[in-house]
Amino acid sequence: MSSVETIIQSIYVVAAVLFIVGLKRMSSPTTARTGIIWAGVGMLMATVATFFYPGIENFLLIATAIFLGTVIAGYTAKKVEMTEMPEMIALYNGMGGGAAAAIAAVELFKDHHLPLSVTTLALIGGIIGSISFTGSLVAFGKLQGMIKGTFRFKGQHQINILLLLGSIALSVLVVTGFDSNATLVTAIFIIALILGIAMTMPIGGGDMAVVISLYNALTGLAVGFEGYVLQNYSMIIAGTVVGAAGTLLTQLMAKAMNKTLVSVLFPFGEASQTSGDAVEGEMKPIEAGDAGIMMAFAQKVIIIPGYGMAVAQAQQKVWELSQLLIERGVDVKFAIHPVAGRMPGHMNVLLAEAGVPYELIFDEDEINQEFKSCDVALVIGANDVVNPIARTDPSSEIYGMPILDADYASNVIVVKRGQGTGFSGIENILFFLDNTRMLYGDGKAVATDLVNSIKEL
Amino acid sequence: METFIAIYIFMLAAFTGFEVISKVPAILHTPLMSGSNFIHGVVLVGAIIALGMAETNLEKTIGFFGVLLASGNAVGGYVVTERMLEMFKSKKENE
Repeated sequence: MSSVETIIQSIYVVAAVLFIVGLKRMSSPTTARTGIIWAGVGMLMATVATFFYPGIENFLLIATAIFLGTVIAGYTAKKVEMTEMPEMIALYNGMGGGAAAAIAAVELFKDHHLPLSVTTLALIGGIIGSISFTGSLVAFGKLQGMIKGTFRFKGQHQINILLLLGSIALSVLVVTGFDSNATLVTAIFIIALILGIAMTMPIGGGDMAVVISLYNALTGLAVGFEGYVLQNYSMIIAGTVVGAAGTLLTQLMAKAMNKTLVSVLFPFGEASQTSGDAVEGEMKPIEAGDAGIMMAFAQKVIIIPGYGMAVAQAQQKVWELSQLLIERGVDVKFAIHPVAGRMPGHMNVLLAEAGVPYELIFDEDEINQEFKSCDVALVIGANDVVNPIARTDPSSEIYGMPILDADYASNVIVVKRGQGTGFSGIENILFFLDNTRMLYGDGKAVATDLVNSIKEL
Repeated sequence: METFIAIYIFMLAAFTGFEVISKVPAILHTPLMSGSNFIHGVVLVGAIIALGMAETNLEKTIGFFGVLLASGNAVGGYVVTERMLEMFKSKKENE
């Protein structure tokens, strides 16, 4: 090993340590902010060091590609609204998967004999990376609303399994040296790219967080495998750590949404099993003025924000409303369901952005017993996470999901655009209760009306 | 022997990944996913090596897209994560 190589390898070691420490710091709220900086320093070091790697040529191409990638991703990442973070994570993750697949392709197309283990891992990493690439792009398209609906048909999963088996069979041919020509390798990549699309199309928007997290783990794994191909230990370590951490994170998310990974990946039948026609009673509307008075003279108000609030960009107004109430001596708290927003933790980020202080935000198990002593529960843009059917009806799709017990409040005000159902397509029995009033309208407009009505008092 | 060393590395790294994440609160799920998304942006290192050693035009073309995508992963992942975690600062300072 030359001295240059020794220095480069040492830098990779330091980078690997920085990645792990960075990830560790990111898993605690108090240290999270510095965590990304640690990891960022590691990345910068590793990237710069690689330029001095022995045998590297094509510097102009490399610099151009990095420049383009940095400008495009840097610009979009700076511009994007906080509400759109989940799809951006999907997009950047897909790019990583594509890059891993590209590495595999370059190595496999090269006219040299690779050891058996290297060819095998290059292919596995390439397949996984390709699936993650197109799968993440579909997830991005779905969250952006460019791809609408779920595409489900009978025998779909069987076809997907056949595609997977097909790519594995072709890979075996390549590995055993039966035929290692470029056509076969190309076919493997094309099948894997199609599989990524086919796997993701049938999955509904509500489950996308879990899917993105899974693809994140898969990209990590693919990067780890390609790291083995290139004998690059920083890639092996960083990729595998992310692969493992991402798998665990995926399970945690699925659990928070009361789903299993299998039920997300292999959805059967149509999503809409509305047991809603059995709901008795009717929805009772209320005017913003009356709702404002109700809250202004309450002792305790719990606000339950959902993704609908963020879509309407109403979080600032809702915080303004809360401040007015607090000035009047009302005890105001925010209740966040683990899956409020489009990903676990997304709503906390959105509220923090609007300026809501940490100590007013409570998660489900901290606040659920407080609903009984609460005068008004204001549900704004949330639906399934306050549906009491999750407690009462074992036949319901969301039965057993932890919910916020808004129905225990003396009064419930639901701010809602129209009379539709939530992500799950299930009728919400909370809306039909005697103590519930519906306040129809755009979240931001309604919040503004509420603010004005309280100011006029 | 090299292969076995690699297997040990895979194994230990996997345990590290599980261990590091195991106690994360739900509020950090999204930022953490984003952060780990950034970390696998280290694929950029591999992409640079692949393109740097590419010979034919086909290899160079694929390698070029590899580097382009990988730098998008790293840069986009960093900026998005940083922006999200920025929110946690304002929280702390408000306390």
